[in-house]
Amino acid sequence: MRDKTQLTGLETETVNSAKTRKPLYAARQKIFPKRASGNFRRFKWLVMTITLGIYYLAAWLPWARGPFAPDQAVLLDLANRRFYFFFIEIWPQEFFYVAGLLVMAGVGLFLITSTVGRAWCGYACPQTVWVDLFLVVERAIEGDRNARMKLDAGPWTARKLMLRLSKHAVWLVIGAATGGAWIFYFADAPTLVGELFTGTAPPVAYITVAVLTATTYTFGGLMREQVCTYMCPWPRIQAAMLDESSLTVTYNDWRGEPRSRHAKKVLAAGLPVGDCVDCNACVAVCPMGIDIRDGQQMECITCALCIDACDGVMDKLGKERGLISYATLSDYNANMMLATAGGSSSVNPSQVRTADGLFSDKVAHFHIRKIFRPRTYVYMGIWSLIGLGLLYSLLTRDRLEVNVLHDRNPQFVTLSDGSIRNGYTVKLLNMIPEPRTIVVAIQGLQGAEMSVVGDDIPEGRSFAIPVEPDRLKMLKVFVRQPADQIQGTAQTFKFRVEDKASFEADEYTATFNAPETAR
Amino acid sequence: MSDEHIDEISGVSTTGHEWDGIRELNNPLPRWWVITFYVTIVWAIGYTIAYPAWPLLHSATTGVLGYSSRNEVRNELTAAEAAKGKYISAVESKSVSEIAADDGLREFAIAAGGAAFKVNCVQCHGSGAQGSKGFPNLNDDDWLWGGKAEQIQQTITHGIRFASDPDTRLSEMPAFGDIITADQIAQVSAYVASLSGKVRDASLIQPGAKVFAENCVACHGDNAKGNREFGAPDLTDAIWLYGSGETAIAAQVRAPKQGVMPAWVGRLGEIKVKELAVYVHSLGGGE
Repeated sequence: MRDKTQLTGLETETVNSAKTRKPLYAARQKIFPKRASGNFRRFKWLVMTITLGIYYLAAWLPWARGPFAPDQAVLLDLANRRFYFFFIEIWPQEFFYVAGLLVMAGVGLFLITSTVGRAWCGYACPQTVWVDLFLVVERAIEGDRNARMKLDAGPWTARKLMLRLSKHAVWLVIGAATGGAWIFYFADAPTLVGELFTGTAPPVAYITVAVLTATTYTFGGLMREQVCTYMCPWPRIQAAMLDESSLTVTYNDWRGEPRSRHAKKVLAAGLPVGDCVDCNACVAVCPMGIDIRDGQQMECITCALCIDACDGVMDKLGKERGLISYATLSDYNANMMLATAGGSSSVNPSQVRTADGLFSDKVAHFHIRKIFRPRTYVYMGIWSLIGLGLLYSLLTRDRLEVNVLHDRNPQFVTLSDGSIRNGYTVKLLNMIPEPRTIVVAIQGLQGAEMSVVGDDIPEGRSFAIPVEPDRLKMLKVFVRQPADQIQGTAQTFKFRVEDKASFEADEYTATFNAPETAR
Repeated sequence: MSDEHIDEISGVSTTGHEWDGIRELNNPLPRWWVITFYVTIVWAIGYTIAYPAWPLLHSATTGVLGYSSRNEVRNELTAAEAAKGKYISAVESKSVSEIAADDGLREFAIAAGGAAFKVNCVQCHGSGAQGSKGFPNLNDDDWLWGGKAEQIQQTITHGIRFASDPDTRLSEMPAFGDIITADQIAQVSAYVASLSGKVRDASLIQPGAKVFAENCVACHGDNAKGNREFGAPDLTDAIWLYGSGETAIAAQVRAPKQGVMPAWVGRLGEIKVKELAVYVHSLGGGE
């Protein structure tokens, strides 16, 4: 039965019909990034040296920890549940410091991305840093871009096999060193490195080294830019944090287009010509294999090597630097409006220049002032507040704590003289690396006295107990109150612990239970 | 299906089934998937050869590796027993007070004794050893037969009024309902109650003391403090096994209840009894 609208058919085309079927995943095209040189490249060397230096060496910094922990400045002691970071020691219940740092890292990402764009991706991301390191190895063994392309296209000779084998071998060594460095943060490094080579280290150490070697080698050596493009969620998230005032690596087509390799001929013909000579230097150095002149793209990690490459070419041609530059979208748009005469014509670079070939005063340039705006102030404010809060908490935190568990079965015991006794498990936490004597006292609860199981301490209102450094001491304590002093079935009182030497103290409010009619 | 149907849009053949005009494309499985599938089959065959797998009439194939989950458990149990061995032999050779004096051994005995207590003793003494009427509270400091570790061990070993054990602890309060008059019972109950609390009619106390002196001092003593030799309770303290107050006392004078505790050594053995004694001693009332 036909519809009343007499709809007989629609002109449609399938998105991916059999005739034009394309796989959704494009096969990888090999990328041979050329070595760049310039300010950004120097900055990347610096970041790489610092980050890798910290990663490989920080576990080896010594720091006296006493007999209860390895003498390491940075140590995650999972077995004893203690984190050590120089003079800071974190117990499990203080894990909120780590959570706080993660929140700061998150807000910090907002701040950095909204001001200087995807700086994380371009300079500090481990994937970027290790790929860079692997490329250094590749260049050292196989040569720069052209040599590598030639080698790759050439037949399998003994030389090619040798080069490839040595390249992969060095990559694997770097991968093993990366996995090896990781485990040293979790145990005494000198001991572990000995065990590692004598085959006596715990299996988890070998497994961790193996897994990290495999991932470093695969991600840094084999997959490279595919990790950023297909696997990593950050590009999607970071893209959403940018606005028109964020710095991004931008091809300034308002001065570069129309590009031409034969500028003089074109000029002679009376046609407009831009600064871009279409030399493809920016494409050759790109580790992501993209052409920045196609505009902003998700794949761009803003490593700015294309800026270095283009600046080098501009220098040679005697033109101003900055054909590819860090620019904000608003500046770019303003300049584009200028170059296209308000959008009424195609790009004509002569519009942005004065008669003597200099940029006109109307051309917008980046100024540091532009990254300070309400949004960045808010991020900075939140970031600093959390940081100050954590710092304040760190400087004023307790290093002595008491926790009390009341015996639940039985709730109380009547003794032969009619007095009532309650049992408690008292936990004393000495969170400093020195032994100390802690005085435990009860406050309130008239006439009550304590005794400790297993210790020959006379009954009393307080007693001193030695606690080892960095340890928790558990005591079974009985509190007894004479029958004539009992007031009600549930009284509250305080366990107070104090270190007489440092005057640190802590309290715990506990309950004392008694029957309805005592004696 | 002889006449193959090709889907127009995708150019892929279909399975030939049709549901309301909807057909199912007959796309091949991805090659890696198929290979993985075959690998799992090969793996499964190897697995069933290596490990016990195929059920037979009375047992199952044993596998070429000689693996057995029962053996695993047996080995783990043996290893656990071996790990405890050093403690067990120490418990066996030492006296309970020696065990209680040794920190490591005491901790072991308390843990083991606590576990044994949960299985054998909670039925009468309660899960926290708090007892109830007729069943002593083991947390308090009142002991009919003594609260030293050795005395507790003796009680657990041989029981109380446990007829089949010749060494059992015996105490027998006569039923005074047949010996003295009801008035005298009321008087003596008032006197005993007055030793640790108030009574309703103070005029009964004086004659009650007389009745007590004539009938009760032999076991409970002149001062009513009891006697552990006979397991006679202290009548001046705050702890009453069968209830406090004149009525409960009178009932106990007239026709006493006398609880029985079994001898445990035959069932649990010396070592467990020692561990239990250390555990009970540690509850807070041990002397």
